[in-house]
Amino acid sequence: MIINFLIAAVLAGAPLVLATVGEIITEKSGNINLGVEGTMYIGAVASLAGAVAAEKLGLSGFGVAAVSFIAGALSGMITSALFGFMTISLRVNQNVVGLIITIMGTGIGNFFGELMGQGAGGYISVTDETKAVFSGIHIPGLSSVPVIGELLFSYNGMVYFSLAAALAAFFIIKKTKIGLKLTAVGENPYAADAAGVSVTKYRYIASVIGGALCGLAGMYMCMVTNSGVWVHGCISGYGWLAVALVIFSAWNPLKSIFCSIIFGALMIMRLYIAIPGLNPFIYDMCPYIVTSIVIIITSIRKTGKDHIPESLGENYYREER
Amino acid sequence: MEVVLETKNLCKSFGAVMVNDKINLTLHRGEIMAVLGENGSGKTTLINMIGGIYYPDSGSIYYENKRVEIRSPKDADRLGIGVVHQHFKLVSSMDAVENIEIALSDKEYKNKADIRKRITDVAKKYGFTVNPDKKICDMSVSEKQTVEIIKAIIKGAEILILDEPTAVLTPQESSSLFNVIRSMKKDGKSIIIITHKLQEVLDISDNVYIMRKGRYIDTLKTSETDENELACKMVGKTVTLQIARTSYEKKKTVLSVHNISCLSDDKTVGLSDVSFDLKSGEILGIAGISGSGQKELCECIDGIREVTSGKIKYYAEEGNFDITNKKPEWRRKNKTGFGFVPEDRLGMGLIASSDMVDNMVLKSYKDEAGAFLHRKKAADIAKYLIKKLDIATPGIHTPVRMLSGGNVQKVLLGREIEAGRDVLIVSYPVRGLDINSSYMIYNLLDEERKRGTAIIFVGEDLDVLMALSDRIMVMADHRIAGITDARTVTKDYLGSLMTDTKGQVI
Repeated sequence: MIINFLIAAVLAGAPLVLATVGEIITEKSGNINLGVEGTMYIGAVASLAGAVAAEKLGLSGFGVAAVSFIAGALSGMITSALFGFMTISLRVNQNVVGLIITIMGTGIGNFFGELMGQGAGGYISVTDETKAVFSGIHIPGLSSVPVIGELLFSYNGMVYFSLAAALAAFFIIKKTKIGLKLTAVGENPYAADAAGVSVTKYRYIASVIGGALCGLAGMYMCMVTNSGVWVHGCISGYGWLAVALVIFSAWNPLKSIFCSIIFGALMIMRLYIAIPGLNPFIYDMCPYIVTSIVIIITSIRKTGKDHIPESLGENYYREER
Repeated sequence: MEVVLETKNLCKSFGAVMVNDKINLTLHRGEIMAVLGENGSGKTTLINMIGGIYYPDSGSIYYENKRVEIRSPKDADRLGIGVVHQHFKLVSSMDAVENIEIALSDKEYKNKADIRKRITDVAKKYGFTVNPDKKICDMSVSEKQTVEIIKAIIKGAEILILDEPTAVLTPQESSSLFNVIRSMKKDGKSIIIITHKLQEVLDISDNVYIMRKGRYIDTLKTSETDENELACKMVGKTVTLQIARTSYEKKKTVLSVHNISCLSDDKTVGLSDVSFDLKSGEILGIAGISGSGQKELCECIDGIREVTSGKIKYYAEEGNFDITNKKPEWRRKNKTGFGFVPEDRLGMGLIASSDMVDNMVLKSYKDEAGAFLHRKKAADIAKYLIKKLDIATPGIHTPVRMLSGGNVQKVLLGREIEAGRDVLIVSYPVRGLDINSSYMIYNLLDEERKRGTAIIFVGEDLDVLMALSDRIMVMADHRIAGITDARTVTKDYLGSLMTDTKGQVI
């Protein structure tokens, strides 16, 4: 029971890891992209469309998964490139652009999701073979080891990908020169520019990579959580949770893994912990109530202050007077 | 001597304002050139074009007689032009090594130890002291400046440009900076130092390049000029650099501050155990490195910052008041005579987009009966101030942000003088003003002293503080380092107090 709960928590937390790490990378460059939710919707619908199209072209199994993966990542990159163009090149207010992307992405996702469903006669779904690719792996000998084997080796490939992405992001940000320069751009773009670091380049690349991860988080929601079926409103606030999780994890990709799994647990608690007489919808409120409380506590304690990139949310213009 | 840098007809405008109009400048190897001009004369714009921050509208730059395009700070680096900007371009959450690391390409260094060694080498060569592993946010202003200069040298700067380098330094720090500059000159480097302080120009430079209102005025040999000539060329008309210090005889204590402490904005120590008396008809000058508690002190006395311990007493004609933590509402009701000119004029002092009348109403609307504003009285005050202080404005209904810096300050100072019949607190009142406006402000303060107002004057120019004040209080590390007689004190002594806390209190 406990084991199943933990496994379910990890499964529910994985898309949060992807989206949070993506947003951390973006914010490290000083850009705050509030369009995570919208980017996830676009990634979700694009990956589903990609998978369906690949099936029609006669691909199967991992071929379909690969096309779906690429579609999810690419659509996220395009969406965040739009964010980058508006904020970095045109210097539009980042909050406004982020909200635009959320509203637009939600609309695009649901519109095309429903459209595909109608075209397929009711609802759209991938084949069982494709679904199998996105379900848990089985490594003979390891996966069947009680407890440890189940806890470590029973997930789908995307879970391992998201953990790898978090580790890689941590390593690059904290240990490499690129990470140092990225941090400098986010802390003080004027200093970075004077030191010869291209603020524009770093902000574009960070935003686009972050967008790719958010797109993949959307893909996870559609292909793994909903088993390749379009569900109206399927992202349902996960993108916003990721924005908050960036703060909880203090802009540290490693911490984001733990924070995401805790929130994953809160998301699926209803199915595993039943208190008689308690309305199940109370459980669904939990992640959002906890978010509010934690944000209030962190604001009061000002713990985030040491970690928040100093220029977060400010557009850079060299000739500013 | 060989020419290293030359600009030909450089022009730059922002909107309709021509900030640099056909600027020609020639710098030789091993020369220390001072670029002198008032605020807004275009000095910083000029060096920003040389440093790759701004791109010129027209004109060209020659480096060692070859025409060059400088499109970014990186281009300037490659040529060997290093700029130390007035607002340092350092990442405060990183240490000195990391700040230099981001400025170097992979080929230019091996590892962090290599950078650390180069920092200590450069420091030894030119006589700096620096801790390469200290975070920038824990450094003093002078240490940050040192890191900026070392960064420029490590990047291979042959020309070093310093924008107002002494604005934030104590006299001792300035003179050690000048020693560094001289040893760099010996090393064959060329230096441009931007300043508006005349004495500095005479101390350090070989030649003076004078600018006024975006135009080139003259180049003078430093050895053949003096302070008066420089001031005239810089301002464009003869100026009298005279500050009056009228003695007021009927002194009595109006304000007494007993052991007050408070917190700063980020909840660290703002003031620690500060005590002094303030007498009518005296100007108490407050010196110190900025951020040593001056702002907190002014705000505590004005009642807009909470005092955590200690007492502030106010001796008015009507009687004695304990005004510790008495908010502005209480003060207005009890008609206390306090005026405060904060350093952030258009932030805390005035509403930039409102006109003079509305800015006057701000102070008085609560005393009036009824729900409607009475602008008539405020308009009269505005007209009176325009006449009294000779404020240049198209009319009382022009938004104050449209006025020049000097006139904005006159509006604010005028309003606060009216309010502050007993105590007037002015914080950096001449920051950003031209020489004429500055001296006009000094004289206004002297006038107020003649009337018996007690004035707290927070300043940065020690020469002015010594000429204008009766007593000078030096603040260091959020406490009082010493209070001295302004008539007899030396600049060196004040400088030593700024970094020390062992001064005497009179």
